[in-house]
Amino acid sequence: MSHLVHYIYIISGALFILSLKWMNHPATARRGVFAGEFGMIMAIAGTLIAQDVHNWTWILAAFLIGTAVGIPIAYIMPMTAVPQRTAMSHACGALAAALVGTAEFYQRQPHASTELTGFIMVALIIETLLGFLTFTGSLMAMGKLQEVLPQRPITYPKQNVVNFLLFVIALGLGIRLMLVPTDTYLFPIFAGIALLFGVLLIIPIGGADMPTVIALLNSYAGLSACAMGFALDNKLLIIAGALDGSSGLILSIIMCKAMNRSFTNVLFGAFGQIQATAAKTEKRPVRSASAEEAASILEAASSVIIVPGYGLAVAQAQHKIRELFDNLTRRGADVKFAIHPVAGRMPGHMNVLLAEADIPYDKLVEMDEINGEFPQCDVALVIGANDVTNPAARSDKSSPIYGMPILDVDRAHTVMVIKRSMSPGFAGIDNDLYYMEKTLMLFGDAKAFVSEILKELPAKTAA
Amino acid sequence: MPSNLELGLYVFMLATFVGLEVIRKVSPLLHTPLMSLTNAISAISVVGAILITGAAGATTLSKVLGFIAITAAVTNIVSGFLITDRMLKMFKRRPEGKK
Repeated sequence: MSHLVHYIYIISGALFILSLKWMNHPATARRGVFAGEFGMIMAIAGTLIAQDVHNWTWILAAFLIGTAVGIPIAYIMPMTAVPQRTAMSHACGALAAALVGTAEFYQRQPHASTELTGFIMVALIIETLLGFLTFTGSLMAMGKLQEVLPQRPITYPKQNVVNFLLFVIALGLGIRLMLVPTDTYLFPIFAGIALLFGVLLIIPIGGADMPTVIALLNSYAGLSACAMGFALDNKLLIIAGALDGSSGLILSIIMCKAMNRSFTNVLFGAFGQIQATAAKTEKRPVRSASAEEAASILEAASSVIIVPGYGLAVAQAQHKIRELFDNLTRRGADVKFAIHPVAGRMPGHMNVLLAEADIPYDKLVEMDEINGEFPQCDVALVIGANDVTNPAARSDKSSPIYGMPILDVDRAHTVMVIKRSMSPGFAGIDNDLYYMEKTLMLFGDAKAFVSEILKELPAKTAA
Repeated sequence: MPSNLELGLYVFMLATFVGLEVIRKVSPLLHTPLMSLTNAISAISVVGAILITGAAGATTLSKVLGFIAITAAVTNIVSGFLITDRMLKMFKRRPEGKK
């Protein structure tokens, strides 16, 4: 029996890989979820049956609680809160890895000379270090996304030096524990510093950098599960952890490229803070327009590109925008959505929100594909997006976002921007787009303003 | 015979490359569900948590830590798979009930 479980693990591993492979297209993606679920159930059932498992009450109780907590999270969580939920699940995953590592460390103490040697100890230290720091880091990210904590970067002098020193101390303690695993009194200190480091690592990171940070924390959580696989000599954990780790890594690279920034810059740059002080204060004239005027322009347009951003999620405007989409489509206009990779607070955030509002996914177009269409487009309607539309990224070498790939909204015939006020976005940079001749500023809450436009646009009934 | 460490590293190396290749092909459209799916999958660490909680000579500390770890991992498994499916159900080519 105990051999059988290893074959089950191999099949589970294959199913996990297929599961991710099927995610490459919306048509096969749900099959991917089933493959993943099946692999997971097989691995858990195999472990419970074939391994010598005791303490069933503890295990059963934990399963029941986990299920009871998990189901409501999956069904009640609104789609706008998906970034927070993701951060929370990184925290849970990392916590699980860290605690298993901790338990292993103490459990094996009586046999330290044979069971806490060499690479097992290295794996345990990596597992717990990454696990604990990802746990608190993800909780901080969750707090920022939920706006319980300030989204602006929190900085203090010598921040990077302090962080670096803490990390070196944690690493030093870790290495010392690898060499002398019986010094159990060092372990709580090690864990405490790792926990603290996770907090300090995330507080200087601003809201706009969350997509990268979430992806990076995803990668860390995966790697700590992977290290657990090494500590327990379980290949399935290594495979699943490596898949998660590489997924997080790819996503964070995509996010960094989409902002033209490096990892180190995201993690240690405290973006926003620096630029906020450098932001220009000069006042330039802008043209603003009413809902009525906006409606008449949209009425005449035959092609419209809508550019959604985080503001859309905040205002929960996705359903109103669907109504606008339907209305304009019925008038015969070609309506598309231009999705910048870092729009929103996590990779793919906008797509999920718009899909929730029943907007067909073939109308959600990636940046590289849609940029060529702006010059032929009658109206570009920017809703809650800012920095990703700033033409300074293309032309102004002194701008902090210079070089960042942007949506070429400024090339459309007419630009309309729904925005609460003229206050600059997260990066604190003034957007030249707002001051252009052809730009109309529509001041107000995204949801309320779109509703007003809809009132002015008489619903065209199918004649 | 290669040691367990060597075998583990081989598995890690190959799985990482497979992961990089497979994930690279995932449409940016699905990056959010992808993240919740990989999250659910990496909660396979529940296997490790079961083994430490259910070990024959598990100490109370092991049982308590393992219990929390299983709870956290199962929460991730259940909510991760279900919410991924819920999100994917929303991705449609055309809104229902229209031509």
